[in-house]
Amino acid sequence: MTPVASKIYTDDVSLLMVLIDTNPFFWNSINSTLSFSKFLSNVLAFLNSILLLNQLNQIVVIATGYNSCDYIFDSAASQNHNQRAENLLQKLEDFVHKDESLCRDDSVDGPGFSLLSGSLSMALCYIQKVFRSGPLHPRPRILCLHGSPDGPGQYVAIMNAIFSAQRSMVPIDSCIMGAQHSAFLQQASYITGGVYLKPQHLDGLFQYLSTVFATDLHSRSFLQLPKPVGVDFRASCFCHKNTIDMGYICSVCLSIFCKHHKKCSTCGSDFGQAQTQDSSTPDRKRKISVDK
Amino acid sequence: MLRKETNGEERRFDRDEEEDEEENDRGLDAWERTYADERSWESLQEDESGLLRPIDNKTLYHAQYRRRLRTATAARVQKGLIRYLYIVIDLSRAATETDYKPNRMVVVARQVEAFIREFFDQNPLSHIGLLTLKDGVSHCLTELGGSPESHIKALMGKLVCSGDASLQNGLDLVHSLLNQIPSYGHREVLILYSALSTCDPGDIMETIQKCKSSKIRCSVIGLSAELYICKYLCQETGGSYSVSLDESHLKELVLEHAPPPPAIAEFAIANLIKMGFPQRAAEGVISICSCHKEAKVGGGYTCPRCKARVCELPTECCICGLTLVSSPHLARSYHHLFPITPFDDVAPTVSSDPHKVPKNCFGCQQSLLAPGNLPGLSVACPKCKQHFCLDCDIYIHESLHNCPGCESFRHSKSQ
Ligand SMILES: [Zn+2]
Ligand SMILES: [Zn+2]
Ligand SMILES: [Zn+2]
Ligand SMILES: [Zn+2]
Ligand SMILES: [Zn+2]
Ligand SMILES: [Zn+2]
Repeated sequence: MTPVASKIYTDDVSLLMVLIDTNPFFWNSINSTLSFSKFLSNVLAFLNSILLLNQLNQIVVIATGYNSCDYIFDSAASQNHNQRAENLLQKLEDFVHKDESLCRDDSVDGPGFSLLSGSLSMALCYIQKVFRSGPLHPRPRILCLHGSPDGPGQYVAIMNAIFSAQRSMVPIDSCIMGAQHSAFLQQASYITGGVYLKPQHLDGLFQYLSTVFATDLHSRSFLQLPKPVGVDFRASCFCHKNTIDMGYICSVCLSIFCKHHKKCSTCGSDFGQAQTQDSSTPDRKRKISVDK
Repeated sequence: MLRKETNGEERRFDRDEEEDEEENDRGLDAWERTYADERSWESLQEDESGLLRPIDNKTLYHAQYRRRLRTATAARVQKGLIRYLYIVIDLSRAATETDYKPNRMVVVARQVEAFIREFFDQNPLSHIGLLTLKDGVSHCLTELGGSPESHIKALMGKLVCSGDASLQNGLDLVHSLLNQIPSYGHREVLILYSALSTCDPGDIMETIQKCKSSKIRCSVIGLSAELYICKYLCQETGGSYSVSLDESHLKELVLEHAPPPPAIAEFAIANLIKMGFPQRAAEGVISICSCHKEAKVGGGYTCPRCKARVCELPTECCICGLTLVSSPHLARSYHHLFPITPFDDVAPTVSSDPHKVPKNCFGCQQSLLAPGNLPGLSVACPKCKQHFCLDCDIYIHESLHNCPGCESFRHSKSQ
């Protein structure tokens, strides 16, 4: 391995963090043309093409499992270039078995969600390490190859990760394999300036990956990449997890409720004494303009 | 810093001596002053063999951070997340002094700009207004608003100093403006005070009591020396008072006011606020917005109550007055509600069982071994028992607000 200092990182060198959804319940549930092994062969071809585009490009693969998350592959750490795919697949298989053994409960209805917040947090920690390594480093981005539905319980953690990625200017790209759109990843890509894509024909996955997600961040500005088709910014209430477009916010902790409550269930504040502040906002405006 | 404080005691209300003091300052040659300002000797330390070395910043920085974290979590209570803050900037003659380079006014303006951006990042539903103090009176530069750019633009256009500063006039104006805000909002004033005196038309003690009874939290950052009246004001109203030593210290002090302060129950009445969450329209749709009254292509949000189109969030609908936010705006504050526990130090013991202590940081895969394959410093999450390097520890608590270990294991409650 060449020491880092001797490498010349130009602005088209990429560090690609790939988060692979390995949720077995999801991969068993889709009866489409894409099986997990077919998906993997598409992804392996894509990863190889990234490494061929620029010899300094780096790839790190993290598996997003059902019970755990782990690092699967790091192109900077692997010595043997000829057995790259074998190493990756071996580690992935080990991971899937370990993930399966952690499963305690088999009363799972539906595909269930995978631990996206965990793999996103790990990827961001890794990227911070690259930022610390010196002024010259490859430009990082995160690619989520995701299929499982959103886990409502992960909302706060995923939003925290999105805002941290935004502050470090790391785009989060997402490619959705599932049947429904992912509101979490839609927001992640919109907020961090990444690309969100839900391929129409999954049997052509490699083509989607190589045309949309292979280009480095510098060259992206010259391309016409898919534009977001509206982003769902509606909130879900804390009481029923319903998606609402109008609601009540606790002024102390900003929890969202779909109807008026006497007491906040998150922070315990009492709303007994005061009336709902709804019409007060336009009043304030008027008062100020009279004062002037 | 010693010079400033001792002289400050003497010259507090004395204008003549201030001029003498300035002459003293000029007595230093330019080359002497650069050394005196930089204090390069402070960044050295002596090692065991008596050699001078640059201070080992990493462990020092980490220790500092741990201290900050401990005080922050110890004092963790409800936070005032909806804030109405007026920043009062002293633009009196005292702000032209050049002990800060190029002068106090420019340095203050620069720090206020950084503060405004940081403030809205951390308090997306809050409002800021700007006031200036000069010529013995107080001017309202910008009204309470949620757009950082308009405040910064207004401030940068008005940077002229003259006359004396009047603390009382400033507080009176703030009081009249903050009295109109809704009762659930936290009322705050941050005063950046350069002068060493205040030139008031009446009894300032009365004004301070008025602010106290209106629950306005007043904080002052002084640029020259400690003033009794400022200290008294902050004590009475529950604010904080500090005096800066140099520009980097000033920056630190100003940014301390960016995270939401602990909410004091009696200061703001808890309430439910009705809000709308508009959806973002697809790119390429043409419609007329209600805020600028122009036809615009793409983007834009639709008020869920009256269907009017607005360009930016957060805002109030110009037609029906509903507060419009997007759910990410609210989510930015949620890490205050669900903070992660501080990590425990792991003593670098030479363990006989090498399998027990992980070799790599769980977050970034960095080796946790010190040079020479000795166990190095690391920390562990008390909940998931994963080990992390010191850099990840700081990143996780200061920016990410998630423990990667806890997030990577399925909790039983979610099943
Ligand atoms: Zn509800
Ligand atoms: Zn609450
Ligand atoms: Zn507009
Ligand atoms: Zn409206
Ligand atoms: Zn680490
Ligand atoms: Zn943990």
